[in-house]
Amino acid sequence: MQKLIASISSRLVILVPYAWLLVFFLIPFIIVFKISLSEVAMAIPPYAPAIDLAGGWEAVKQAFGQFSWDNYVWLTEDPLYYKAYLSSLLIAAVSTILTLIVGYPIAYGMARAPATIRPTLLMLVILPFWTSFLIRVYAWIGILKPEGLLNQFLLWANVIDTPLNILNTNTAVFIGIVYSYLPFLVLPIYSSLEKMDYSLVEAAEDLGCPPISAFWKITFPLSLPGVIAGCFLVFIPAVGEFVIPDLLGGSSTLMIGKTLWSEFFNNRDWPVSSAVAVVLLLLLVVPIVLFQRSEAKAQGER
Amino acid sequence: MKSLGSFRRKFAPWTDPQATPFISIENVTKIFGNFTAVDDLSLTIYNREFFALLGASGCGKSTLLRMLAGFEEPTSGRILIDGQDMKGIPPYRRPVNMMFQSYALFPHMTVEANIAFGLKQDGMPKGDIETRVAEMLKLVKLEQFAKRKPHQLSGGQRQRVALARCVAKRPKVLLLDEPLGALDKKLREETQFELMDLQYELGLTFVVVTHDQEEAMTMADRIAIMDKGKVMQVATPAEVYEAPNSKFVADFIGNVNMFEGTATAIDDGKIDIDTGADDLVIRTDASRSCTIGQKVNFAIRPEKIRLSRKPPADKSVNAAQGELYDIAYFGDMTVFHVKLASGRIIKAASLNAVRTVEDPLGYDDVVWVSFDTDAGIVLTA
Repeated sequence: MQKLIASISSRLVILVPYAWLLVFFLIPFIIVFKISLSEVAMAIPPYAPAIDLAGGWEAVKQAFGQFSWDNYVWLTEDPLYYKAYLSSLLIAAVSTILTLIVGYPIAYGMARAPATIRPTLLMLVILPFWTSFLIRVYAWIGILKPEGLLNQFLLWANVIDTPLNILNTNTAVFIGIVYSYLPFLVLPIYSSLEKMDYSLVEAAEDLGCPPISAFWKITFPLSLPGVIAGCFLVFIPAVGEFVIPDLLGGSSTLMIGKTLWSEFFNNRDWPVSSAVAVVLLLLLVVPIVLFQRSEAKAQGER
Repeated sequence: MKSLGSFRRKFAPWTDPQATPFISIENVTKIFGNFTAVDDLSLTIYNREFFALLGASGCGKSTLLRMLAGFEEPTSGRILIDGQDMKGIPPYRRPVNMMFQSYALFPHMTVEANIAFGLKQDGMPKGDIETRVAEMLKLVKLEQFAKRKPHQLSGGQRQRVALARCVAKRPKVLLLDEPLGALDKKLREETQFELMDLQYELGLTFVVVTHDQEEAMTMADRIAIMDKGKVMQVATPAEVYEAPNSKFVADFIGNVNMFEGTATAIDDGKIDIDTGADDLVIRTDASRSCTIGQKVNFAIRPEKIRLSRKPPADKSVNAAQGELYDIAYFGDMTVFHVKLASGRIIKAASLNAVRTVEDPLGYDDVVWVSFDTDAGIVLTA
């Protein structure tokens, strides 16, 4: 009897994460997918057909009969959507590269810092998480706007004579993404650099390799798993980013998150916005699978 | 070609005042914060010498090696290699290569690429690199492992790759930091001899850091024994063992019986040392000069002490009576611990040259320990 309880409870432990995924990921996804196959309607909820379980099996069967791929066809017909997808991917890619350029030196500096101050540096990288993401992005409006802190400083320092127009441009979006996602890139790179045996660099120098060349031949290749992980952690959420382009970007900033939002709230077109979301998910599955594979490879080599 | 044996038998440039040293370490001090790792140390190492730096961890031997490699700069003093002052010369421009204790093999490169790394840095033509790499792989018997990555090799194979990588560049000096430290005992013994052969064949100067005295004794032409950043003695393995210059060195190397005493008589090249107990006045060759009344130590190795049930017939030898207190059997030899009347323990080692002994010595047997006047050494430091 006790054995039975033990075996059931050990299975329960495994079941919990699956149940979690089922309830909070799979079921919502199926609902979104179902809505994406419906058509917009003046009703509550604002789409049809709505499955009425009270109508029994016949009603469900009838509802299924009305599902169509029209919304997906619509996405391919209006260039707005594929432009928004492309532009999102592009903005995410550029932001990821910029974040890498800013983040790698930070991670390198942290990993080479004396062991006693590393925890403090790590704390400083994580510290921004303690305030709301939204507030931090709002703060950038205050910095970047024409009469904001940055322009005031540059005018005072006589670097420029007319205020720079940064807010509501793609530049502001890049700044916002780099700033917001920097810790996600710094931490994995830091962890791979910190693990690295520094005597490898010394060995390279001993064999006649000057320090800069030793960095590119030894340090950088060995930190690649961290670089790849960090880049995916920035790229994947950046593609679907909504808050940053909405607050910092301008009317010309085309990102799929904003498109989705306006379909949903301005047009009240739940089915099309659901289709947009499903396609976005499919687009992101590719980099996520690539990420998982590189992680698995890195695990295997250890 | 001369054999290693005949080369080594005649190899003693340190006895020749005309010989110019290949490496000169002159009054080198290295201070980290408020810790003096190397303290006003001077050493000379000769071309083709196999030189060992021996000491406990923290004695400064690794710091000294890192200063030779260029990873640390001396706080004061200077280092000359082949007549050239190494001050300000970075590691990548020094005529030395180092084999790291961790081997520091590049994990993302194959064995081949690891060995070729230093050659590529020198801008050697591609064909020559291939020839040299093949030659090195053959030298360390790893031809069939050329395409493997370091994590696919055993510890011993990794050690060989590390060795091949640093000799590939034909450096003038090879620095080895605990080269056999990560190998198990059997492999270590084999590898010792391989290292010696390699050093001889390539005509290199080796500086080895080790904490293992057997390793140093087996391989090195000369050993520097270090303690607290200073060199205590520099000598051949036999000199270090048979004629240590201080109580520290005698204690550090091998097993020893140490007697504290006072010199009571000096005559005819002999010294009498009163040990103050057991009626034991040791009469020994005056191996070190001292004055009457001076406190001295007398050191004698266990294997130079004889054990017998009866007192020795020759009354001129040193002898004392005691009982067998402990017996440590090692197979090839046995170490007997004899307790004298004063409670002092004397260790005596005897070789088990025959398989069975009639009437072997047992616990609590009353025995005599004896040794000749030339068996031990007087230490004044």
